[in-house]
Amino acid sequence: MRYLTTIVLATFSGLMARLYMLRRDYRQYPSYPQGWAIHLFIGFIGALLGAVMIPSLIEAEYAAVSFLLMAASQFREVRNIERSGLEKLEKTELVARGTAYIEGIARVFEARNYLAIWTSFTAAAVSEMTLRFGTLAQAGAALAAAAAAAGLLNQLMRGPSIGDIADIKPTEISFDGPILVVGGVSGMNVGLPAARERYLKQGVAVEIIPRDVDAKATLANIGQMQAIAHDAASMVGVYMDVGEQEYTPLVRRDPESGKLVMVMIPSEDNQEAFLEAVSNVPVLETAIRKPLRSVAGRMMDRRG
Amino acid sequence: MDITPTNQILAVITTSRDRVGGSAPIFYADSVSELEQMAVYLSRIFMAAIHDLGNEVYIIVKH
Repeated sequence: MRYLTTIVLATFSGLMARLYMLRRDYRQYPSYPQGWAIHLFIGFIGALLGAVMIPSLIEAEYAAVSFLLMAASQFREVRNIERSGLEKLEKTELVARGTAYIEGIARVFEARNYLAIWTSFTAAAVSEMTLRFGTLAQAGAALAAAAAAAGLLNQLMRGPSIGDIADIKPTEISFDGPILVVGGVSGMNVGLPAARERYLKQGVAVEIIPRDVDAKATLANIGQMQAIAHDAASMVGVYMDVGEQEYTPLVRRDPESGKLVMVMIPSEDNQEAFLEAVSNVPVLETAIRKPLRSVAGRMMDRRG
Repeated sequence: MDITPTNQILAVITTSRDRVGGSAPIFYADSVSELEQMAVYLSRIFMAAIHDLGNEVYIIVKH
């Protein structure tokens, strides 16, 4: 079979690209062996699709190409599966992810399959172009091109984290009567004196100060606020039990300055770790706003 | 599916009988310490938060 080398090389590259990207989202969405198996297999299908695309183009089998493109649209289903799965698990989380975060994760899973397709497509194209230099050179060139493509695409897909758009610093927790006040922003009403004491003793709080108008608009998204609460809580651990609503991590916004404050009682009192956790929370794709790209937004910026 | 009311006052606990009324269950306490104790018990039963209205009136609200 004339194209066997190309197809094997390209499929392998696409699969490896998917595996590489699967490794990196360990924190975002803990995968278990089953989750890995599912995503690797879907990635394998994608890689194979990308791989056979080039031979069918060369052979001018345009009907085959159309079918392959149709098959690629199946990957949209991946997003639905991820979304419904995470939504079902939402009830089992002490601190909910929020629908915006779930949507973000689902999109990432869908997009990564397309990246695997692109990678195997690139590998197949390079492999066919270097055919006349011998099998070894062909394999080397195809794998190198695939590695470059996967690395580049992954780099392009990497979104900013909270630490990139905002300054994060520790802040004070105090009480105004029963009202929890964090960095000058009133939070919730904590009724029980014992709970108030625990907040003062064990609580940690940060201010998230947006660097510009864009960041301010992005941080004003409720889904983003929930994502910060969920991720910070999942990274440093949370001191709460089912039904202990007074210890729920709290993110509030200061309407004056647009800064966010977050307060929680971590399972271990470590301010450094908490700051690190908050700054590593990803900025949700769906939360990003760019008012500075509009005339009105720039006018607001000059005034402020 | 279990249905739980949220953002509703599930119970009111107070020391003074003339301050509260209405449809939510009202519990009376004789002292502030008893008030707090009752609030803790009720919040654990309802798995809800305790809020302090400042005038020795506590409410239990599920969020």
